[in-house]
Amino acid sequence: MNNVLALSSVVIKELCRRKDFYVLFVLTALITLMLGSVNFFNDDRIARFMKEACLLLIWISSLVIAITTTARQIPAERENRTIFPLLAKPVSRGELVGGKFLGCWVASGICLLVFYLFFIVVSGSREQVWQISNYLQAMWLHWVFLAVVISMVLMGSIIFAAPSSNSTICFVTVVGILLLGRHLNKVAVSLPEPSSTILSVVYFIIPHLEFYDLRDLIIHNLGLVPWGAWALATLYGAAYTAFFLLGTWLLFRQKSLA
Amino acid sequence: MNPILEFKHLHVEYPAKELGQTVKTAVKDLNLSVFPGETFGFLGPNGAGKTSTMNVLLGFVPPTKGSAYLFGVDVREPIARQRIGYLPELTYYYKFLTAEEILRFYGKIFQLKGAQLESRIDQVLKLVELDAARKRQIRTYSKGMQQRVGLAQALINDPDLLLLDEPTSGMHAIGRMTMREIIQRLKNEGKTVFFSSHELGEVETVCNRVAILYQGELKIEGKVSDLVNEHGMNLEQVFLKIIGYPTLASV
Repeated sequence: MNNVLALSSVVIKELCRRKDFYVLFVLTALITLMLGSVNFFNDDRIARFMKEACLLLIWISSLVIAITTTARQIPAERENRTIFPLLAKPVSRGELVGGKFLGCWVASGICLLVFYLFFIVVSGSREQVWQISNYLQAMWLHWVFLAVVISMVLMGSIIFAAPSSNSTICFVTVVGILLLGRHLNKVAVSLPEPSSTILSVVYFIIPHLEFYDLRDLIIHNLGLVPWGAWALATLYGAAYTAFFLLGTWLLFRQKSLA
Repeated sequence: MNPILEFKHLHVEYPAKELGQTVKTAVKDLNLSVFPGETFGFLGPNGAGKTSTMNVLLGFVPPTKGSAYLFGVDVREPIARQRIGYLPELTYYYKFLTAEEILRFYGKIFQLKGAQLESRIDQVLKLVELDAARKRQIRTYSKGMQQRVGLAQALINDPDLLLLDEPTSGMHAIGRMTMREIIQRLKNEGKTVFFSSHELGEVETVCNRVAILYQGELKIEGKVSDLVNEHGMNLEQVFLKIIGYPTLASV
């Protein structure tokens, strides 16, 4: 565990010292602040629309930060050859995968926390309603969503040589699941065999990332998700994260680095 | 005495890049032992299999057949590398970290903590003369300074065995001399040093024992003084003779 923590601290330090990360980070924070604070004709619907735009921006930015940060971790270690002095120490490849995952997840979590803080302060001060539990539920599930995405990208970084191709494929997959995932079973019913069975199998195999999107509940103040469902969604995300991390380790374990 | 480093029937193959070949054999049936306190030179021309052997030793590449051991532990176990220090041929470190941070990171991997870790960082930074630049990011260092960071990280755990891959490659005269002095100092402290090199003059100066690898096969192994006396020529001439290179005298 000591090695995993040490490795994750290097990932976080790298992110803190990269300029491109700050550009996205500051831009998102500023736009959130601006969108959240505008008030057109005291119209509630417009305020809701602005909230929706802010949350969409937070989702896109956090996804981009998580995917781009994770996709370059292992390929950059190999390309810059920093992996050699590292693995010449008593560090297992499993610990390397664990450290990279933890570092990226914590770094994404810090960004998420700042984004949500901006959003909560701005929208709370406008509406004079402080639904802290709702925001905490949404933020936690958003973070679990990022855990699944990060572990998936980490596995992709072992399979695809170039971080850019990995980032693109993972981004398209995640957005595809978010937009279409919930409809696959309905489409499957209307298809002939064997397409119907294949699509049904795909529906049950893919991680249903749309479970973690609580934006509508926040925008329309619809109240809390039952805590049991919230816990189940967390477990579901943890299972997929563990599956992807196991896959990453199995692929990376015997890989020749020469 | 138990060997500190041991290869048993080591065989390393890679998928061939040339058409018509399925595999390329890098190392063939290597049997070699290095004992505590020795300074061992691992020699060979380019493509002899030195780097492949090092790669197996450090766990970067799995052996095709046979096995390698560090302190009696199979090199496939990460714990086998607990008491070694490794200096790669070229320096590759996280350029966004300072020398102090990188040593702290590697020190933590070796389970060093608190005052013990900080005191060890001070010691190695003084040894490699980087104390004044410890708070600067590695990206701002000159090539020579980066090589000294490499040496500092290899020594952070006070290793019993130091693996050096072409340690003076690309260094200027003063850098080479400093490196030789450090190796000599480690040798005097009773540390075991295993290094691969093309620099035969240097190997002759610092090594007790050498092995010459050619086309993946171990051609000769023994004490430097024995080889020199037996062949009646210096180590460089012995090396050229063994690899079958025509020397001026033979021509």
